[in-house]
Amino acid sequence: MSFWGATRLIAQREILVQVRGKSLWITFGLFIVGLFAAAILPGLGGDESGPTVATFGTQATRVVAATGTDLEARAVADLGQAEALVRDGEVSAAVVDDPGSPTGVRVIAMSQAPYRVLAALAAPPPVDLLAPDAVDEDILFLASFGFSLAFFIFGMSGVGIAQSVVTEKQTRIVEILVATVPVRALLTGKIAAYSLLVFGQVGVLAMLTPIALRAGDMGALLGLIGPALGWFVPFFMLGFVLLASMWAVAGALVSRAEDLSSTSPLVTLLVMVPYMGVTFFQSNDIAMTVMSYVPFSSAVAMPVRMFAGETQLWEPFVSLAILAATLVAAVLVAARLYTGSLLQTGARVRLRRAWSGAETPLA
Amino acid sequence: MLQVRSISRSFHGNKVLNDLSFEAKAGRITGFVGANGSGKTTTMRIILGVLAANEGTVTWQGGPITQQVRQRFGYMPEERGLYPKMKVAEQIVYLGRLHGLDQATAQRNTTALLDRLELAGRADDPVERLSLGNQQRVQICAALVHDPDLLILDEPFSGLDPLAIETVLSVLRAQAARGVPVLFSSHQLELVERLCDDLVIISGGSTAASGDRKTLQTRFATPRFELVVDGDAGWVRDVAGVEVVELDGARVVFDVAEGEQAQSVLQAAIHRGPVRTFGAVVPSLAEIFREVI
Repeated sequence: MSFWGATRLIAQREILVQVRGKSLWITFGLFIVGLFAAAILPGLGGDESGPTVATFGTQATRVVAATGTDLEARAVADLGQAEALVRDGEVSAAVVDDPGSPTGVRVIAMSQAPYRVLAALAAPPPVDLLAPDAVDEDILFLASFGFSLAFFIFGMSGVGIAQSVVTEKQTRIVEILVATVPVRALLTGKIAAYSLLVFGQVGVLAMLTPIALRAGDMGALLGLIGPALGWFVPFFMLGFVLLASMWAVAGALVSRAEDLSSTSPLVTLLVMVPYMGVTFFQSNDIAMTVMSYVPFSSAVAMPVRMFAGETQLWEPFVSLAILAATLVAAVLVAARLYTGSLLQTGARVRLRRAWSGAETPLA
Repeated sequence: MLQVRSISRSFHGNKVLNDLSFEAKAGRITGFVGANGSGKTTTMRIILGVLAANEGTVTWQGGPITQQVRQRFGYMPEERGLYPKMKVAEQIVYLGRLHGLDQATAQRNTTALLDRLELAGRADDPVERLSLGNQQRVQICAALVHDPDLLILDEPFSGLDPLAIETVLSVLRAQAARGVPVLFSSHQLELVERLCDDLVIISGGSTAASGDRKTLQTRFATPRFELVVDGDAGWVRDVAGVEVVELDGARVVFDVAEGEQAQSVLQAAIHRGPVRTFGAVVPSLAEIFREVI
């Protein structure tokens, strides 16, 4: 059988095992729920009406009415009644006529000036927006959080590759497999299987995003998020395969599933870096620019920068090329380490030994 | 035919195999015996390409063993390995397909093998739910599913009950009858003696003896005879040119310098009374093993 024939069979088995298991579906389901929750929940809070104020006098009534729904008016017959309502806590404050004040009204409150009432009453100066399309900070945060969370959770799901590799070592079926198919087909099949599973999930989530946004009445965001989402997919794919090859080596270096904890922290760190980095340094332009070119973090940082509209046209291509080159190098190194350590049993295999061990098997 | 020529292999400066040579011929069952740590498993791994030899060559039908060739070999490693959570039949079909079978053939062969090894009822159970003996049978199915061109089994009988041993013996004989060279290692010398046509004895990483089992037994046989008479057999001690190895009342085992002298002993025995047993003693494998190692 050809190399690719063997790779396909191995990938098929891995996919079948995952699809039959529960954890894949639980993670995927949580993602879909989270996506819709993020799109719909903020909108639900928006219907909340403003604080209620007691009003006395024509000017006060007019001013409060001018705030629209920001303040709810409760007209009273005299000043004493207004003060009584404030004292009882029935209203947040009272707005009463005061010819001596420049605005013609006065606010009566208990111990502190009520911020929300004052803000609603303040007459804001007219605003001219120079960049009306610029992305709102909150939405930028939400999008970058979404990208980095997706990368983090799917990146961590790559631990399944390490577990699959170590299971084959632990049960010793690896000896039959290595005697039958090329070692590289074994590695390629595993990476391909997990990558396809994750890409499938990301693809479905990317397709569901417009639906979720429309359901949350945020359809207007689509035009903004669309291109960034489109770029997130290729960055994510390369970034995931890069991580997948590292997970495979983490599994091959140990002989028992319980020893995975000695090799997996390094890969976990590589998964955490883009997540933490983009979340913490989101408003630091220099940090974000650097991270958008460094492999691993570029998978998240570049789409976020694009979303914020900070990139030149050529930037994502250069970053993607750097990521792709790193990926090729990493897969070659991983294949050698995997080959060199797969049949070594006992304690954790040192990297140097795994590297030189690759020379002894024929395969 | 599988030919192993002068292979050597060291691990961290420790020479495990040293100029080892032997062959496994078509249609013959070759027993591979040696003490623990003598290099049997290392040799088998080198044949399967799981390890590389530092020196020497392994050839199949006179040519090098490529991935394509190796894929047609059947292998049962000493450290058994199967996917514990995968169903028995599914697993054997999968391994059959990795060996290059199409789905239909893999299915068909799996069904036939499970029947043959009396596992048909367990086809849909995960391997981990089977007893160790039954897991061993599944392992044998995994080595046979693709009708291999060469069969290599590392300790195929360890952990099997007597009934299972008989089943496996008959399966291996059937493979050899198909013209497949079968190479297997075992510590159970009486099984090796029953099953194998050829024998390879390895000691300290080198071939201590190899060839046709019967020829080896004859070669290692000293001219030794057993005689059982009705009375006391002590008189044999006094026959010239005869050395008594064992004497127990009416039974005596003795060596002679030449075969003809045994006939003189027999004639003398008949002259003295009834002879119950007389014959040449063929050394057991265990005796040859002790002698060459």
